[in-house]
Amino acid sequence: MNTKAAHSGSGPTQSGRPARLSLADWMPKIVMAPTVIMTVVCIYGYMIWTAVLSFTGSRMLPSYNFVGLDQYERLFNNDRWMVALGNLGVFGGLFILICLFLGVTLAIFLDQKIRAEGAIRTIYLYPMAISFIVTGTAWKWLLNPTNGLEKMMIDFGFEDFKFDWLINPDMVVYCLVIAAVWQASGFVMALFLAGLRGVDGDLIKAAHLDGASTFTTYRRVILPSLKPVFFSALVILSHIAIKSFDLVAALTNGGPGYSSDLPANFMYAHTFTRSQIGLGSASAMVMLGCVLAILIPYLYSELRGERHE
Amino acid sequence: MKKIAFGLTTVALSLAAATAQAGEVEVLHYWTSGGEAASINVLKDLMVEDGHTWKDFAVAGGGGESAMTVLKSRAIAGNPPSAAQIKGPTIQEWGELGFLTNLDDVAKAGEWDVILPGVVSEVMKYDGRYVAAPVNVHRVNWLWANPEVFRKSGASIPTTWDQFITEAKKIKAAGFTPLAHGGQAWQDATLFEAIALSKGAPFYNSAFLGLSDKTLRSQDMIDVFDTFKQMREFVDPGFSGRDWNIATSMVINGDAAMQIMGDWAKGEFTAAGKKAGVDYVCYPAPGTSGAFTFNIDSLAMFKVDGKDKQAAQKDLARLILEPKFQETFNLNKGSIPARLNMPRDQFDSCAHSSMDAFLASSTTGQLVPSMAHGMAVNSMVQGAIYDVVTNFFNDESMTSKEAVDKLARAVKASM
Repeated sequence: MNTKAAHSGSGPTQSGRPARLSLADWMPKIVMAPTVIMTVVCIYGYMIWTAVLSFTGSRMLPSYNFVGLDQYERLFNNDRWMVALGNLGVFGGLFILICLFLGVTLAIFLDQKIRAEGAIRTIYLYPMAISFIVTGTAWKWLLNPTNGLEKMMIDFGFEDFKFDWLINPDMVVYCLVIAAVWQASGFVMALFLAGLRGVDGDLIKAAHLDGASTFTTYRRVILPSLKPVFFSALVILSHIAIKSFDLVAALTNGGPGYSSDLPANFMYAHTFTRSQIGLGSASAMVMLGCVLAILIPYLYSELRGERHE
Repeated sequence: MKKIAFGLTTVALSLAAATAQAGEVEVLHYWTSGGEAASINVLKDLMVEDGHTWKDFAVAGGGGESAMTVLKSRAIAGNPPSAAQIKGPTIQEWGELGFLTNLDDVAKAGEWDVILPGVVSEVMKYDGRYVAAPVNVHRVNWLWANPEVFRKSGASIPTTWDQFITEAKKIKAAGFTPLAHGGQAWQDATLFEAIALSKGAPFYNSAFLGLSDKTLRSQDMIDVFDTFKQMREFVDPGFSGRDWNIATSMVINGDAAMQIMGDWAKGEFTAAGKKAGVDYVCYPAPGTSGAFTFNIDSLAMFKVDGKDKQAAQKDLARLILEPKFQETFNLNKGSIPARLNMPRDQFDSCAHSSMDAFLASSTTGQLVPSMAHGMAVNSMVQGAIYDVVTNFFNDESMTSKEAVDKLARAVKASM
């Protein structure tokens, strides 16, 4: 085995035992082939198909009468799509910021070698084990003005208490933020906690010896060294935000009106229930664009980092 | 030994005989709630009696959205079911794509042209040929009311929308919710089209069938939006996203006075052990007493391979229109039979009044297809109307004039 590995690694001029050599060379490729093909076809293939469909006038079933950029033009003239995009901006921005902030804060608190850390960590992390459908349904009850939080406060004697975000078209998007943050901040906490535990203890000791306070140590030494964790969390959270579908479906179903629609819900409604596959594909491509806008800089920085090492 | 052999042969022979003429029908539908499932099981039993195999393909999800998604993927894969629950203009869309089979021989033998009202048979045909069989007719423009609540608040049942507003104010003052409503796009649209219909069938048809730009922008349409907006005051704060049957139960429990909803609401009253005319009353929606907004459920038949499957499919189509199925199905479902001249004694007073209105309105031209339930326009235009209507109802800052403009533009963009 060792000699074989050496042979294959030492250059193309080798001529000994060519048949066995090539089989051994090909083995990993043959083993990998099915998964590679599956991935290429089922992910990139369908991606390309969607891209093609977005340039066609497809309605109920896919058809191939190409209409150029018509669907994109229709898309950006569509009120509902603009509402969905705006909501994605608000929802995504707030969701990511609050999750990161809460996640880091919780992780730092938990990092103080407190008692029952395991139990508390489990409690914080647990929402992640629940699907967004369940989260959405539970929060729908909590936020419903006639039988949730508002009613509870009124029953407690606060007669004027009002909390009707769920049915207020201007505020409903923040309900999505609340539920999503509740779900995902524990996960961000776990990421950062793992990162914090990985920070070299000597560094911290050195900082303390230099007379840095705990706050300064975190701010100037520990958190900067967690940059990769921060980036991973950012990428994962932005993905969750852009692909968010089930949370909206369960919590508000896009309502009131379509004021809490997100792009994924728009895409589903138009592709599958309104027989506008072309328009739905165009919206899917715009969503893909959003994901790529985040992913490419990330990959770029990651790969560049590797080259430096 | 001989006996056993003989017995086995008989069994084998009878099995062979059965399989020779019996086929399998696969029926895709979304009748999955208790009453609905019982209704469709009637058809299953009739098919089994005829020696066929029934392959149930039920896809849950109220408006059939998931069912349609499944149907599309099956159709694209070249393996559609024998029959699927499709209705209205969607039948035409499938017909255009060439998926539907011709049922003219069954229709001729069963005299469908005679037993079905013209409006119904028109929907069931593509290109002049029958491609689907109707199972029922729903009336959508109904007002369901709890007389007890009316008594307590000193109000009377309204017959016009102006009256509705005055009575609803009394009910609200007495501490009840005047209008039980669920804030889902289709429910908003159901309420909206009932108000539009009170402007008369010609207006309704011009707006939702003809999609005339002039009508959509007319003063009448602005009035419709004005009235519609006023309804917002009469619903309770928790209406957003509520399912229709929860809204119905508010009327049943006496929390709310009225609901504007199709006659499937009757199923909820019946299930709660309430009696028509005593515990609840049914009236045409205000201002639409002579008119009838119809929503017809139907099973469209797809092209299938194999003689036995085709034979079973034809039997299915025949059985759907037979009085036995029409009666049992519609008693369960709360709707009225699609075919005329059926015995009426089993049906309740609401169904009787529905049948009378159905016949009368078809002669006066006041029988109109429901926009909210996909009978008038295709899903693209319907979606566009939904968006404007539901957004207007929930957006306090939008004026009726803006809404009319948006409606006209959205309809044009979706055509």
